[in-house]
Amino acid sequence: MQDGAAQSGAKPQPLPEKVSVTLTVNGTERRFSVLPWVSLLDALRDHLDLTGTKKGCDHGQCGACTVLVDGRRINSCLTLAVMRDGAHVTTIEGLAANGALDPLQQAFIDHDAFQCGYCTPGQICSGVGLIAEGRAKSADEIREFMSGNICRCGAYPNIVAAIQQAMGTKP
Amino acid sequence: MIPFQYTRANNIADAVRLIAATSGAKFIAGGTNLLDLMKDNVERPTTLIDISRLPLTSVEETASGGLRIGALVPNSDLAWHPLIEKRYPLLASAILAGASQQLRNMASTGGNLVQRTRCAYFYDTATPCNKREPGSGCSAISGVNRGHAILGASTSCIATHPSDMCVALVALDATVHVTGPNGARAIPFADFHRLAGDTPHIDTNLGPDEIITSIEVPAKGFASNHSYLKIRDRMSYAFALISVAAALELKDGMIQEARLALGGVAHKPWRNPAAEAALRGRPADEASFAGAADLLLRDARPQAHNGFKLDLARRAIIRTLSQAAHGTPQSQSNKTIQ
Repeated sequence: MQDGAAQSGAKPQPLPEKVSVTLTVNGTERRFSVLPWVSLLDALRDHLDLTGTKKGCDHGQCGACTVLVDGRRINSCLTLAVMRDGAHVTTIEGLAANGALDPLQQAFIDHDAFQCGYCTPGQICSGVGLIAEGRAKSADEIREFMSGNICRCGAYPNIVAAIQQAMGTKP
Repeated sequence: MIPFQYTRANNIADAVRLIAATSGAKFIAGGTNLLDLMKDNVERPTTLIDISRLPLTSVEETASGGLRIGALVPNSDLAWHPLIEKRYPLLASAILAGASQQLRNMASTGGNLVQRTRCAYFYDTATPCNKREPGSGCSAISGVNRGHAILGASTSCIATHPSDMCVALVALDATVHVTGPNGARAIPFADFHRLAGDTPHIDTNLGPDEIITSIEVPAKGFASNHSYLKIRDRMSYAFALISVAAALELKDGMIQEARLALGGVAHKPWRNPAAEAALRGRPADEASFAGAADLLLRDARPQAHNGFKLDLARRAIIRTLSQAAHGTPQSQSNKTIQ
């Protein structure tokens, strides 16, 4: 928002330059240049054409932008692409291996764990992160540790069931 | 978000030099609160100094039997660190009561301390706010204030500190280690955050050119008798209306030592030594707990919409102390309050 800078009365700053960033995205090294304020989410969607990761609130409140960075789930809207230079990023597009769906992707289909589907890439990436953490086991724990992913269609019971299936607990 | 320069600090001395030399610069570590505020134009740094790669990610035992926690340890790693889980379960529990796993994976220990209030008027640049624009007025005092302070509030600001982790850290008598242009110093946790007074734009006693390097917790972790109870508008992933950290040292049913801190009630994590002293030497029963709650809340003053917090806080204090006394800390997954 440029008007904010004008109102602040600060001395004009030299215009920031684009910064070269290298990410390994879904196993492939990608090099690109972005301005400092480009979020990892916008870099994925607008610079790397990976639009599977969704922008919901853009404030870390809805979880639609969840991706795995160096194996950990984070909100890609609340980190800058330049801060993640050198990182390994996995998005929803990178979960299937050799044409076979990730077990959690298959479980979402088996349990009808989505309706409109907008939150689904974030839900699945978050669930993959949760399973890798190995902490949440019970349905209560899954609900708690998935609370950063909002589903306005309300598919929560089926999402929990899908995660339980992929974990090999039940149903 | 306004345009800004981005630079990366190579070491702590470099970080301190850069922040002192750059007008309007801010450090960025996890970025979960700062970037959020920048998107709303509340924070408008000219430069971001990225400190996220500094070697401040270890948890080490101190010579006095405590732990020194690097300022860049992610919140999730801290909550699940074996030594924290075993010796400081109150801290682990408080961390897991806050935010979401994605945010805890990003947010740093030091950043958690310097996060800003979530008062809606602070975020809304269309309204006056003394914390955001000093001297512009407080919209919350005459506005919707059910989430605001009941203790230590001023006529300039009634915002609350949003952290859960800090409520446990103040109860545990932690120390904040910082480094600035004049060298390193240690700040007792209770002195780190400030009351709003007539300068609510200053949240903490951290100097403008200082960086948090570590948080130290002393040996005593109250692992046997503790609880963190957080009351909020929904079951998970929301800021506290009231939260209570309680820790007790018991002998034959009598209280040897007590720690009691509250979140969601003041501009800083709230701890009252008089309430703790009143518990010492008393039986660990409801009458003692009620007495401490009444003492702690004696000077509480509600705003127009948060009078409910007085009774809620009293009940939460009694319940949390009771959970601590029984060795049955509140689960952060099963939200049934026993």
